Amino acid sequence: MLSQQDMLEAERHGKQVRSIYVYEAPVRLWHWINALCMVVLAVTGYFIGQPLPTVPGEAAENFLMGYIRFAHFAAAYIFAIGLLGRIYWAIVGNHHAKQIFKLPITNPQWWSEVFFELRWYMFLEKTPKKYVGHNPMAQLMMFFFFTVLAVGMVFTGFALYSEGAGLGTWSDSLFGWVIPMLGGSLQVHNLHRLGMWIMMTFVLVHVYAAIREDIMSRQSLISTMISGWRMFKD
Amino acid sequence: MTETFYEVLRRQGITRRSFLKFCSLTATSLGLGSAAAPRIAHALETKARTPVIWLHGLECTCCSESFIRSAHPLTKDVVLSMLSLDYDDTLMAAAGHQAEAIIEEVKKKYKGNYIVAVEGNPPLNEDGMFCIHGGRPFVEVLKETCADAKAIISWGACASYGCVQAAKPNPTRATPVHKVISGKPIINVPGCPPIAEVMTGVVTYMLTFDRIPELDRQGRPKMFYGQRIHDKCYRRGHFDAGQFAEAWDDEGARKGYCLYKMGCKGPTTYNACSSMRWNGGVSWPVQSGHGCIGCSEEGFWDKGSFYDRVTSITPFGAEANADSIGKAAAGTVGAAIAAHAAVTALARARQKAGESASTSEEQKGE
Repeated sequence: MLSQQDMLEAERHGKQVRSIYVYEAPVRLWHWINALCMVVLAVTGYFIGQPLPTVPGEAAENFLMGYIRFAHFAAAYIFAIGLLGRIYWAIVGNHHAKQIFKLPITNPQWWSEVFFELRWYMFLEKTPKKYVGHNPMAQLMMFFFFTVLAVGMVFTGFALYSEGAGLGTWSDSLFGWVIPMLGGSLQVHNLHRLGMWIMMTFVLVHVYAAIREDIMSRQSLISTMISGWRMFKD
Repeated sequence: MTETFYEVLRRQGITRRSFLKFCSLTATSLGLGSAAAPRIAHALETKARTPVIWLHGLECTCCSESFIRSAHPLTKDVVLSMLSLDYDDTLMAAAGHQAEAIIEEVKKKYKGNYIVAVEGNPPLNEDGMFCIHGGRPFVEVLKETCADAKAIISWGACASYGCVQAAKPNPTRATPVHKVISGKPIINVPGCPPIAEVMTGVVTYMLTFDRIPELDRQGRPKMFYGQRIHDKCYRRGHFDAGQFAEAWDDEGARKGYCLYKMGCKGPTTYNACSSMRWNGGVSWPVQSGHGCIGCSEEGFWDKGSFYDRVTSITPFGAEANADSIGKAAAGTVGAAIAAHAAVTALARARQKAGESASTSEEQKGE
């Protein structure tokens, strides 16, 4: 009885729900793998710079820093290869897959909507606009605080990795030049760590905005990154 | 024709047997394998000595102090004999005009065929008046002397990077040699001072093979600056295990645990200290219980405390490091998010109340 009632009700309301397929499977898969990598990278990275308290016992019986660094490097490889795969998908995937790599900065309409979104987040607009992909403000933030920053983290990260890997290794040949360019190894360590903090601060904003817009914007956000479908609730 | 190295050695009473032993030893220490030993011997037997002019700019002479203490006695003898050290104002007996005339003579006689070893650097402010050499600004002497040189060796952190006199705010505008001289091969041998055997090793290589050693991106010989202190540190096992000295007098410090948390710069410093050590292999900073201060890295005076692992980042102020900046940013943004969420909830509640009021009014109207 109850389910029948629910179905009727859902049907009556459901007429108004429209949905569009936004995020293709590779984008969704990448998003969550990437999220997991970032958590592992941030936590292990924090403890590489500020290690845990000293481990008792013989050195030969322990490998704590070794394991932490291994996890960091493994996650870094997945993060970097994932980023390459994501760039590939930006080329071959649908137009939503290109959003975080390309800003339509020559389009005045886009800019006006960036400011519209800014007013919306500052409570100066009563009703939000609907977007199939990222809203222009989100796109701008994603581009600088994820795409550009992630590339920077990959470059500085593999430059630091090359220090241990040694001269003449692939990481040294590709990224070794970053270290003298940025003013030495210590400086690159510091910038890489600062990049981690900026990224984590952005994660806070990203998660908050996703939850808030999921509630406020009358469209689905979080489930969209799971199913790929964006639902418009009115 | 000047004497060959071999002739000088024999004249000094060194036997052929010792000479050949030295050749093998040098080949080994340069990582060249046993086949290189006869080549070194051949070169030393047949080549005329290369004249070297050793200039002193703005510096403390610690490079010279290190160099003349090169531990292996034969190395020292050979290198000091090999080098036809024609000019070195701190070591030579001549002085004044007599000494200065030698530079001119070497320049004429060995044009394009001598080596200039520079200790210290030229200050450029006030037309270079902060360092006067023979009555003239050092920068002028340096440029003139280097003009006809075959190669230039920048000894130490001063010549390579600027060192303490170039630390902020660098009042004399002390400038590393490679930023003043162009168009000549320049070998950077950083360190404050560099290890003696590294210095003699570089010179031996250049005189033996008649070419400069293979250099990395920062112009340093790969054979000595190819790895970090950390990569060859004997305490590395404790680092990988997660065992650290947490204070200078704790159990970890006594047990010789890794000095990473005490701000050791081994992981960010390229030098040969952990493999070659100092004073004839007696010890080196980490072995004596103090972290590396990174003296062979560019601008090491301006990169924060020697005793912090996560050091301060200059543009953000003396006490701000990546962690304090990051935590402040994350905290501020977190608080802003909480405030934003609260305002959102409030606005939404008010809006809902308004909506339900209007709908109930509508219902009444119906």
